[in-house]
Amino acid sequence: MNLTRRSLYLYLAILVASILGPILFPAYVQQMAVLWVMVLMASSWDILGGQMGYNSLGNITFFGVGMYVCAIVQIAQFHDVAIYTAAFGEILPEFTRTQYYVGLFLGIFAGGIAAALLSYVLGFIVFGLRGPYFAIGTLGIAIAAGQLTATIEYVGAGGGISMPFFPDDINFRGIFFYSLCFILAASLHFVVRWMYSTQFGLAINAIRDDEDKAEAMGIPTLQYKQIGWAVAAFFMGCMGAVFGNIVSFIEPIEVAFPVVTFGIFMVAMALLGGKGTLWGPVLGAVIFHVVKETTWTYLLGWQWVALGMILILNIVYFQEGIMGWLMRKYPEWFGITVDPSKMASDTTPSAAAKAGSPA
Amino acid sequence: MLFNIQILLSLAPITNVQLLLDGIFIGAVLALSAYGLALVWGVMNVKNLAQGDFVILGGYLAFAMFQYGIHPVVALPIVAVIMFGLGWAVYVLMIRRVIAQDMFVSLLATFGLSILLQQVMNLIFGPEVQTIDSHLPNYQVFDRAVTVPLVKVMSLGMVCALAVAVVIFMRKSRMGQAIRATAQDSRAARVLGVDTDKIFGFTFALNAAICGTAGVLVSIIWVLQPFYGIVYSVRCFAIVTAAGLGNLPGVIGAAFGLGLMEQYSGFVFGAEYQVASTVLLLLAILIWRQIQLARTREVVR
Repeated sequence: MNLTRRSLYLYLAILVASILGPILFPAYVQQMAVLWVMVLMASSWDILGGQMGYNSLGNITFFGVGMYVCAIVQIAQFHDVAIYTAAFGEILPEFTRTQYYVGLFLGIFAGGIAAALLSYVLGFIVFGLRGPYFAIGTLGIAIAAGQLTATIEYVGAGGGISMPFFPDDINFRGIFFYSLCFILAASLHFVVRWMYSTQFGLAINAIRDDEDKAEAMGIPTLQYKQIGWAVAAFFMGCMGAVFGNIVSFIEPIEVAFPVVTFGIFMVAMALLGGKGTLWGPVLGAVIFHVVKETTWTYLLGWQWVALGMILILNIVYFQEGIMGWLMRKYPEWFGITVDPSKMASDTTPSAAAKAGSPA
Repeated sequence: MLFNIQILLSLAPITNVQLLLDGIFIGAVLALSAYGLALVWGVMNVKNLAQGDFVILGGYLAFAMFQYGIHPVVALPIVAVIMFGLGWAVYVLMIRRVIAQDMFVSLLATFGLSILLQQVMNLIFGPEVQTIDSHLPNYQVFDRAVTVPLVKVMSLGMVCALAVAVVIFMRKSRMGQAIRATAQDSRAARVLGVDTDKIFGFTFALNAAICGTAGVLVSIIWVLQPFYGIVYSVRCFAIVTAAGLGNLPGVIGAAFGLGLMEQYSGFVFGAEYQVASTVLLLLAILIWRQIQLARTREVVR
């Protein structure tokens, strides 16, 4: 991975902004933590959706699985989970500071691993489906996961689990979880950046462009697809674990497996920013989250309607996303040279005319 | 669970009759909306994830009219007309622009529409479970072990009449012929002078109308809730995926099969597994088709 001077400046600027953010505006630290959750979701969705051409609607499954596995690990080390959940949060056993932190970090790790393993196994089942069938199949998995979790008494069924109390100061709590979210999102970003620069990136792009040809060329497509999904699932699982502790009460339908909120937000964010690019999902997530948080309270109950509207407008009228639009408008910014003689064969004549004119 | 199986097999075998009847009533409504989905899927290659929300919306329209004293049977054609107009509007504003795109785009756009409709219905009618009480008598047969509400029998009759009407329309009318021609090969149909844009709009609007009438029946024989739509969508997908496109007897058979399966799984496992069992059935169908195709090194596309 070779960092150009320009991207180094960009990273430094983001680092400074993300450190100064919670210091300057301590009241909004939780919203900023959720911003990194969104960035991670959009970027991890893009591994399959953008780079591999497999549009999953069910990546939220791994978020919920990570959340529940983490909760079980955190509690089960020191208490009986069934008794803990049966009380529906009435009885909250004490966790010492060491117990809390050890349990939390073990839980985050276990959540990620469990999600990655699950994605690997599910891969055998769903990767034979193509296009819309894959999207519907994964959507089905996410809905089923939420519904089935709601029937398991061991994890509190539909009633949910109250997470252990944070043992330290409330201000430190905000900063602590903000840092965890930031570290996870940043690690995912560098992992995918590295992955896209290796042969792995070329292989998954080949799968997106023509899977049958890629397979004929000798690429073990199923393995690549499973590994790509497992990376996304690992980070989604870790983030689910952290998010469960941030909201401190987990419940199957609304919090752990929110198919129609976070599950669709991540797709919308990646599409808004421009799928199939490294920065598109990040940009989309930031814009989406900022717009959502600033306008939310003024819409007086019509928020979700507005959200559905935005989703439709984005998909129907602005599919290429911000990065795609920039690439078409200013190809020279991205080091893309446009050969004017090839422009006639471009599929969209209007795009060709615009890109061909000297910008 | 074992006790429930015991009831079915030896303790009270008459329960089977009740489950069979209820399965048929459910299957009839599912067959309607699944046929609409198969129509849109086959003609314009758009997979409509808002199918279930059209059904619920139709039900709420009938519910709203019932508040003003209009009986659901009278409301049925009115709802069909309103839904037809709505379907055409959705086509012009949305579907027309995604029709030529990658199929995932249309799937996602209709998912956005589904969220939009859910939330609008939630704002207008509230999140409570609603139903229309039609004040029609219930018949008790087999020593009061089996209840047959007249309203369910009536709606079964309406479904049959509607299905026959749609089939005759598709076979005989000029528009129906044009729709079938477009489904076979839209480019050839366009070359031969069929206005395919109009056909697509009409098909989508017809689908919305069919869903709306199914929704009226849902509102009188079961319950309405703004967020129940997604379950109907999943059921329709399961039926159409299992039956295949353009296979009307297959769609009807699969719909009745799904209705029966839901009744039995709901009785044996308990009601909390009903959504999960429907979704898992869809997954099972997809996996089964995939295994079938894997023999010839093909995939489900």
